[in-house]
Amino acid sequence: MSHSQATDKMMVELRNLNKWYGEFHVLKNINLEVKQGEKIVICGPSGSGKSTMIRCINHLEEHQKGDIIVNDIPLNEDIKNIEAIRKEVGMVFQHFNLFPHLTVLENCVLAPIWVKKMPRKEAEAQAMELLERVKIPDQALKYPGQLSGGQQQRVAIARSLCMNPDVMLFDEPTSALDPEMIKEVLDVMIELATEGMTMLCVTHEMGFAKTVADRVIFMDGGQIVEENEPHEFFNNPQHERTQLFLSQILQH
Amino acid sequence: MSSDMSSSGHKPDGSAKEKAPPVSQPKFWNDPKKRSLLFQVLLLSVLGFVFYTIIDNTLTNLEQRGITTGFDFLTREAGFGIAMSLIDYTEASSYGMTFIVGLLNTILIAVMGIIAATILGFILGVARLSDNWLVAKFSALYIEIFRNIPLLLQIFFWYYAVLRTLPQPRQSIEFLGSFINNRGFIFPAPVPEEGFGLVTVGFFAAIAASWLIARWAKKRQELTGQQFPVALTTIGLVIGVPLVLFLFSGMPLGLDHPELKGFNFKGGITVIPELIALWLALSIYTAAFIAETVRAGILAVSHGQTEAATALGMSKAKTLRLIVIPQALRVVIPPLTSQYLNLTKNSSLATAIGYPDLVNVFAGTTLNQTGQAIEVISMTMAVYLALSLMTSFFMNWYNARIQLSER
Repeated sequence: MSHSQATDKMMVELRNLNKWYGEFHVLKNINLEVKQGEKIVICGPSGSGKSTMIRCINHLEEHQKGDIIVNDIPLNEDIKNIEAIRKEVGMVFQHFNLFPHLTVLENCVLAPIWVKKMPRKEAEAQAMELLERVKIPDQALKYPGQLSGGQQQRVAIARSLCMNPDVMLFDEPTSALDPEMIKEVLDVMIELATEGMTMLCVTHEMGFAKTVADRVIFMDGGQIVEENEPHEFFNNPQHERTQLFLSQILQH
Repeated sequence: MSSDMSSSGHKPDGSAKEKAPPVSQPKFWNDPKKRSLLFQVLLLSVLGFVFYTIIDNTLTNLEQRGITTGFDFLTREAGFGIAMSLIDYTEASSYGMTFIVGLLNTILIAVMGIIAATILGFILGVARLSDNWLVAKFSALYIEIFRNIPLLLQIFFWYYAVLRTLPQPRQSIEFLGSFINNRGFIFPAPVPEEGFGLVTVGFFAAIAASWLIARWAKKRQELTGQQFPVALTTIGLVIGVPLVLFLFSGMPLGLDHPELKGFNFKGGITVIPELIALWLALSIYTAAFIAETVRAGILAVSHGQTEAATALGMSKAKTLRLIVIPQALRVVIPPLTSQYLNLTKNSSLATAIGYPDLVNVFAGTTLNQTGQAIEVISMTMAVYLALSLMTSFFMNWYNARIQLSER
């Protein structure tokens, strides 16, 4: 059990967040506060709205009601605010979404050069440093298609980190990986967590949740059903729905 | 067939090595190699016989009608005029010259059409995927209308319904010294005077300077990260420098103004309505197909790519330019090549409205006057074949170049 690195600074705040897909009410009155350095693991059955929720934070999905505040910037219609928030929020996707026409290094320097207007040399030096941290500096000049799934996901993490984000969102980062590759990605994520990154992870890796999470959130039907620190969450779930879910995924 | 293949006496490898059973020779009609050889010999002899018959038959017929074969007719005087020519051509020129004139006119319309159709097609293709409802629907409407009406009808529409209904030369629509009437678009021809050389020099100097600036800007971005509006500067320089020089050297450019003499205009440059109609029809028609190709290419790039770029903070325009288009091009280029080939070959519909392209001039008038059908038609076909092969060779080379960067 890690002791919390959370500070008092509020990093992400969701207030009464509501979202509809047409008639379908996907997110119902979500309230969530994440402090700087906190690690949140979000789990729940498929279709419960967990991915949609974190995708709202960097405005990949539009919410209809409620407030989202990231690092004191309110997420509203203002394009400047949306851009500012995206610069502070990194995201890792289930299917990596690396740019296949660019080398690993180009993938990592593209946004720093074009968005942050960083000199190429500096961007490349920083990218190499981060590739070293995810333990694949030797693959820098290869194309994504030449790497294994686990390596690709580590590149994707490095690519996000190149923008120096304050918050990292992980959308089921290990679900598309072969079992033997899950560990290499989780190791990188654990390392990132110990360095004090604010993290919101949608994942079913319960081992990961037990090791690094400050809080585990269980969602069902577009609502946050239960929220607790990991030990309590796993050993003493309060709600029937949570108990059922846990019994199903921890059976094996 | 396949069962024959498997029964051909290959010995099983591995364990059977020590005691190789006697390899039985298959009957020769069951041996796939001998079989295929037999079929090929048969096919070749049938083909040879067919060609021999055709050639023999043709030669006999030509002899009976007293037509001499060969390419001697190309040096004889043509004796007919051509409405539009990019090189000096008179009625006294040879049939060989009619070939050149027609060829150049065909190349002209093909190149003009390809450029216009590509630009229009890319804009429409991107527009159809726009978030703007009006823009997207307009593009969809355009595409559905123009790709579903036969090209020949569209050529007729532009020629007979639009350009032919313009006023007579005497009632020409006039603006800025140019005239539009049913004989075409007539505008003043520029005549360079002394000192115009300076403007030309300035123009090329501006191009060179733009190139240097682009290189410098790229280097500076790599070193310091600062971006520079290269495209805008280039446009400014290439237009501005010659313009300033032109004004300061006292506008050393005379104009040969077209004047109405009798029933028609003398002087100036005339773009005949046949060229305009054909160009409009070919570009507008082909652009609809190119737009669909471009749309397919963009849709083929997975949505995750756009999301990843967006999450990294990239703007829509940069995402399109740096992520989507480069990946879409790999899908777009092969069908785009087909569209270019189609446009080039479709330009032979020129003959329907009398635009003097290769088919109209050479395979039309020249063929009628000389009767050298075999020579004329084979030369014409060879031209289209060569043009098409050159286009696809270039496009394949370009495709291979951008595909290579994949891995």
